[in-house]
Amino acid sequence: MSDPILKIQNLEAYYGDFQALFGINCEVKKGEIIAIIGANGAGKTTLMRAITGLLKSEPDMVQWQGSPVGALRADQVAGLGIAMVPEGRQLFPSLSVEENLKIGGQVGRSGSWNLEAVFELFPILKERRNVPSTALSGGQQQMVAIGRALMSNPDLLLFDEISLGLAPIIIKTIYDALPNIVGDGMTSIIVEQDIAKALSVSDRVYCLQEGRVSLEGDVKSISREEISNAYFGV
Amino acid sequence: MDWVNAVLQGVLLGGLYALFAAGLSLIFGVMRLVNIAHGDFIVLAAFLGLVVTTTLGLHSLVALLIVVPFMALLGYLLQRCVLNQTLGKDILPPLLVTFGLSVIIQNGLLEVFTANPQKLSAGALETASIPLGAGLNAGVLPVLTFAAAVVIIALLQWIFYRTALGRAFRAVSDNQDIAQLMGLNKSHIFGLAMALSMAVIAIAGIFLAVRTSFDPSVGPARLIFGFEAVIIGGLGNLWGTLIGGIILGVSQNIGAQINPGWQLLAGHIAFLVVLAVRPRGLFPRVDG
Ligand SMILES: Nc1ncnc2c1ncn2[C@@H]1O[C@H](COP(=O)(O)OP(=O)(O)OP(=O)(O)O)[C@@H](O)[C@H]1O
Ligand SMILES: [Mg+2]
Repeated sequence: MSDPILKIQNLEAYYGDFQALFGINCEVKKGEIIAIIGANGAGKTTLMRAITGLLKSEPDMVQWQGSPVGALRADQVAGLGIAMVPEGRQLFPSLSVEENLKIGGQVGRSGSWNLEAVFELFPILKERRNVPSTALSGGQQQMVAIGRALMSNPDLLLFDEISLGLAPIIIKTIYDALPNIVGDGMTSIIVEQDIAKALSVSDRVYCLQEGRVSLEGDVKSISREEISNAYFGV
Repeated sequence: MDWVNAVLQGVLLGGLYALFAAGLSLIFGVMRLVNIAHGDFIVLAAFLGLVVTTTLGLHSLVALLIVVPFMALLGYLLQRCVLNQTLGKDILPPLLVTFGLSVIIQNGLLEVFTANPQKLSAGALETASIPLGAGLNAGVLPVLTFAAAVVIIALLQWIFYRTALGRAFRAVSDNQDIAQLMGLNKSHIFGLAMALSMAVIAIAGIFLAVRTSFDPSVGPARLIFGFEAVIIGGLGNLWGTLIGGIILGVSQNIGAQINPGWQLLAGHIAFLVVLAVRPRGLFPRVDG
């Protein structure tokens, strides 16, 4: 068994006095696709923010390829190869579609992802490359958000609720594109409220409940009942 | 003819005001920081110009080659070491700290250079003028100042909208967290924005110093002119800032034409009128 590339150890996270995560433990191996599920407010986004460095923690609480990164700034973490498609897309409104993508590439990591590759994955973005990102539909914005994260050629890509607020047909398009995205050995963590969707693409699942891991296991060996118990906290 | 001349000189003066304003507009746009010490930094640059020209015997405009990089470096360090610590949800700390800086700079300059008015000489340039026919003359120096303003605003515009640095400025201004996720260190980006602002301040300071006499106390009035130009033109629009500067310069000169005591008053009135009619300025940025 290879060492995990991401190891989360007793992670606690706070917003001021409010504690959002209580001793999370989690390991991700290279090439794995991990699903993280949980009800509203369970702490999924908080966990993503802690991994990416937007929320600082103790150095050892987040370990990336064997080194402690919990106390690094988000831009330093990005440079190490962790990228995120944030909840709610959060494109830069003052930037055009192409500029949004290019800024993702500014991290300066080399790899197979570049502007052309993203345009090949989502051809509609090539057509609309010069419009402001605010002029796109929700689905197209999500494509930009995904492309922007890919442009940094990350080793680990986090997706925070990429289907949120999108029409089913769009969600299908994006999930259909996912194998191409994570295909070449990229490790990813997919946060979803739509459990079936998340499990359909992932190897292992963690369920969060009120800031704690209530269940973890192989997607194949876990039963629906266990999941719904862990999810709703029965 | 006097009136035409007043307008012409006012337009050219507007170039100087645009130089006062551009740096102010830039850092407000990138980091929502209002630099109360902006005018005092202009005066500091003027004094630096004085030191450089007197000790090295350089022409005033050649002194720019030293004063501009110096001020830019000072700006970067100031941002990284002091101002970044004050930025946050609350807009009061940066106001207080830059106000403190303003007091420190004024008193520091007073201590070193005394309150005596100083002036940078620009040799033959000072009196040279271009005859425009019909009895109109445009001084070479005001024309140069105006040209510098146009070039600098075009350059800033180009940096903002055509370069990776400008993209980073806009991204950080839009959403600091997500920009950070994209590998942009906002402290560094803010430092670069302040460096750029201070480079423009340096140019403004030198042009101010060859145009009029200055002493350590004249900074706050330059800040006001800069503010007025920014607000008249519309926040976040650099070409608007140039037009704002021109409107301010022209109104001041028309006021002075009516009654020499009305120069500043006329400028402030023009500012208030624009604010009353178009609270967001004449050319507010369309996006966001
Ligand atoms: N900026 C914040 N300040 C204070 N509390 C916060 C903040 N963001 C989140 N919280 C709280 O932290 C807890 C976890 O929130 P988080 O956003 O991580 O949940 P989530 O699992 O991503 O939920 P959702 O499915 O709604 O996105 C919630 O109780 C939430 O109210
Ligand atoms: Mg969330």
